[in-house]
Amino acid sequence: MATLKVPVGSADHSQGPADAPVTLVEYGDYECSHCGHAYPIIKALQKRFGKQLRFAFRHFPLREIHPNAEAAAETAEFAGTHGKFWGMHDLIFENQNSLSEQMLGELAQRLTLDRQALREALGSGAFAERVRRDFSGGVRSGVNGTPTFFINGLRYEGSFDAESLMGALVETAEPEI
Amino acid sequence: MSNILSAGTPAPEFTLHVTPDQMLSLKELRGRPVILAFYPADWSPVCGDQMALYNEILPEFHRFNAELMGISVDGVWCHAAFSRDRKLHFPLLADFEPKGAVSKLYGAFRDGEGVSERALFVIDKKGTITWSYVSPIAVNPGADGILEALESLPK
Repeated sequence: MATLKVPVGSADHSQGPADAPVTLVEYGDYECSHCGHAYPIIKALQKRFGKQLRFAFRHFPLREIHPNAEAAAETAEFAGTHGKFWGMHDLIFENQNSLSEQMLGELAQRLTLDRQALREALGSGAFAERVRRDFSGGVRSGVNGTPTFFINGLRYEGSFDAESLMGALVETAEPEI
Repeated sequence: MSNILSAGTPAPEFTLHVTPDQMLSLKELRGRPVILAFYPADWSPVCGDQMALYNEILPEFHRFNAELMGISVDGVWCHAAFSRDRKLHFPLLADFEPKGAVSKLYGAFRDGEGVSERALFVIDKKGTITWSYVSPIAVNPGADGILEALESLPK
């Protein structure tokens, strides 16, 4: 079974306590429709599990088939340097169907980020290396498409519907039941 | 599941169409590692399928000076259309006539369905298989096994 080769740490974008009994890692692509479907499901899981769950998102942009995926990932990283990674993450998924560099600029504006600075960062590839690092770690961990989830370091092989994911998390959180 | 050729076996030689008017022989690649990725069919419907994934990972394969070839029983024109659609930057070989002959040589043919297995081979620069893996037909095997095999090749 594939295991997570890069443990979740301070370099990650994560929500929930570091000592939560369950850590869910998603390797995702902002332009992948399956990741878009998973987005509200993750939100629901976070609500259900509260402090029991830590969620980390790592970039796995499939750039050849999703022309905006790389720019979207770099935009989230740009927002991250201003403490707004998750705000941008949410906005990108909520506007997944109309992604473009123009749209990413508008989303930056909505978060009161400097649109011009974003344009420059995308132009110079300032965050490309950061995104690449996530991608490479994912490849090493056996990520074979998006989304790929790891639950406490083990690749989740089930389907992405809410019920299946919920069941897997419950099993990890409360193994005695 | 098929009994694919295992590590230590000399990789069987073959010559297949790589474009409608070009052939490629395995021996032309001697001197560098080769990754052979047999797969059942072009046009699988999932986001980020196996070939699309490998397309993204090509720079990592190239760090090992390795050459990646996809192989299926689809014909050259099908491969050409698929490759163009997915913007693939590596060659697809057509194991089309006689159908599946090369897949059979590697033990990677599914008789009932008439398609290649999802089987992976890493061949060293001297032409010996150093690693092979067959995945359940519906499971994209990813690339971690390939990268580990490339890493353990003698420098």
